[in-house]
Amino acid sequence: MKHLLSAGDLDRDDALAILDTAEELAQLAERPIKKLPTLRGRTVVNLFFEDSTRTRISFEAAAKRLSADVINFSAKGSSVSKGETLKDTALTLEAMGADAVVVRHPASGAPHRLAVSGWIRGSVVNAGDGTHEHPTQALLDAYTLRRRLGSLEGRRVAVVGDVLHSRVARSNVLLLHTLGVEVTLVAPPTLLPVGVQAWPCATSLDLDAVLPKSDAVMMLRVQRERMNASYFPSAREYTRRYGLDGRRLAALPDHAVVMHPGPMNRGLEISAVAADSARSAIVEQVSNGVSVRMAVLYLLLAGEEAA
Amino acid sequence: MTGDGHAPGERATAGWLLRGVRPLGGDPTDVLLRAGRIAEIGARLDPADTSGAQLLDADGLIALPGLVDLHTHLREPGREDAETVASGTLAAALGGFTAVHAMANTDPVADTAGVVEQVWRLGREAGHVDVRPVGAVTAGLGGQRLAELGAMAESAAAVRVFSDDGHCVYDAVVMRRALEYVKAFDGVIAQHAQEPRLTEDAQMNEGQLSGVLGLRGWPAVAEEAIVARDVLLAAHVGSRLHICHVSTAGSVDILRWAKAKGCDVTAEVTPHHLLLTDELAATYDPVYKVNPPLRTAEDVDALRAALADGTIDAVATDHAPHPVEDKETEWAAAAFGMLGLETALSVVIAATVETGLLDWAGVADRMSTRPARIGRVAGQGRGLEAGAPANVLLLDPVARTTVDPTGLASLSSNTPYAGRVLPGRVVATFLRGRATVLDGKQA
Repeated sequence: MKHLLSAGDLDRDDALAILDTAEELAQLAERPIKKLPTLRGRTVVNLFFEDSTRTRISFEAAAKRLSADVINFSAKGSSVSKGETLKDTALTLEAMGADAVVVRHPASGAPHRLAVSGWIRGSVVNAGDGTHEHPTQALLDAYTLRRRLGSLEGRRVAVVGDVLHSRVARSNVLLLHTLGVEVTLVAPPTLLPVGVQAWPCATSLDLDAVLPKSDAVMMLRVQRERMNASYFPSAREYTRRYGLDGRRLAALPDHAVVMHPGPMNRGLEISAVAADSARSAIVEQVSNGVSVRMAVLYLLLAGEEAA
Repeated sequence: MTGDGHAPGERATAGWLLRGVRPLGGDPTDVLLRAGRIAEIGARLDPADTSGAQLLDADGLIALPGLVDLHTHLREPGREDAETVASGTLAAALGGFTAVHAMANTDPVADTAGVVEQVWRLGREAGHVDVRPVGAVTAGLGGQRLAELGAMAESAAAVRVFSDDGHCVYDAVVMRRALEYVKAFDGVIAQHAQEPRLTEDAQMNEGQLSGVLGLRGWPAVAEEAIVARDVLLAAHVGSRLHICHVSTAGSVDILRWAKAKGCDVTAEVTPHHLLLTDELAATYDPVYKVNPPLRTAEDVDALRAALADGTIDAVATDHAPHPVEDKETEWAAAAFGMLGLETALSVVIAATVETGLLDWAGVADRMSTRPARIGRVAGQGRGLEAGAPANVLLLDPVARTTVDPTGLASLSSNTPYAGRVLPGRVVATFLRGRATVLDGKQA
């Protein structure tokens, strides 16, 4: 594996290798010295064309725990209006000898462009591109689910909310399907993409019908401004129909896990009661993110040794 | 009428004797071009009667009438870094064209007699093909008030086709008035059919793939809704309407219905919509980003069938040059459009001749006769008959060429066919009897 651009690029063995490696690396966090020398002398660039402190810090921590040199390159605001900066930035990074570029970009496909353009030789890790994909988020979600539920095969996961604009949903559908999970996307019809029928998952418009059969529910962030584009009439109506509140939390099976990729809009797609309940794995998701991203960087950069 | 006259520098030669050429793919014969006209067609013309005409061994070559393009972007004035009238029309001649329409979305916009005359004059000076400027429908392509359509019609450029191409004439009242107004000088409104609200920030065909790729969709209905509205409007006011770059099966159905009703509507399809599909967007390579977007294989099939049965009247390239920096970007940041002039005939052969949908006469009809008629281009599209202006191209039908973006005459290189092997090669082009292309190169 040279790049990680889409969760769909991973077959079952690839995905399990990442999750298993993450398990091993997670034990590192228990030790007094949380560092491995594996990537000493290698350079990882966090190239962020869009603000995401959480994701950047997670990748930064992951790279540093593997002893890589980390360069944070924030190019926010210089992207879509002036597209050539993607190329120029890439050439700059290449000149600095980046072994891996972790890229977050508001334009779908930008990491793909970086990977195939020939502008850089290093590995490209997609850290979220537009409304396309966010594969490491899906990996950390799968990792979190596996830890909580023990196994993934045959489990049922509901992904709820703004699927149309969600890169998290796309990557999760692909990865969880590969891992044998039955995914159901739940959203108002306006927030389901055209052609979703062809995705390897089920869809539903009725959250209350889906919850009692779910082993986990993953709530997606909903931007309030969507209502200005008539995706839904009001935040209040959205919450009533698709928000995870105390009543809906009680409708879940006892073992079910509540997840959210963050940042949350408390009171909109998820209530404080649900977010802070014992079933919530939201904080674990964050810590698991570091382990999973370590595993990804390790497998991409350490190459054969990892196998 | 203008456009029929000899451009400055167009010297009268003793003519050309095309030996053994196959007009429209028929039996080999000799064709004599002299004094700007097809002087004679005969099985074996006596060289003694051709008094000094240059002999061109056309054995195995097919003669077609010079192609007429209703839709190009020559980018001048304003974006001479992408294309000029001279470079774009040379590309056109190399592609077998003898006339091209130049769209109005230049900078400044071609919405006054001054700008259309400038473009027309640049075309005459270059001398590769007849340049027929298209006038903007609305001032500044703003969609609000009519440009001075009559002044452009009466100018030296003698504009007959008006279009806000790149923008839809969305306001139904403005569209109605434009359709009515151009009747006074036999003009036609060429509509870029795109409902603007349904296509805000749209990046590719809306379908299964746009959802997967996370690229905002450009739904077929956004085109079809405008096509439906405008055929009804045109019928209501009794005007001529032309639909640019039809891209969906649904638009074809509406056009077929409208034509059956007797509506005076014509339509064009681009070569790329006859060959390429939205699957190419999965590469995220903006060379495949175009407006309207590449559609599905079902749409391609419907467009080919519509061109074959005449529901779609013409092939028009929508030749849209862009400099490297406007394409070597993220998909969303890239400009819309692709080159077309130098590959159009080959693509049409691949899509319609090799599939048995059109014969050579059909190709001549859809790429020369009908577009010339729609654009009211005098002296073009008259076919291959004695007495007609000698606008002729010679095609090697068995040659196959690998498209090399760096080998194109266009100043830009944004061809979607790079590396593809396409059938047919334009060997020579004659504009009123003067060779503009010989042996596949500028004459």
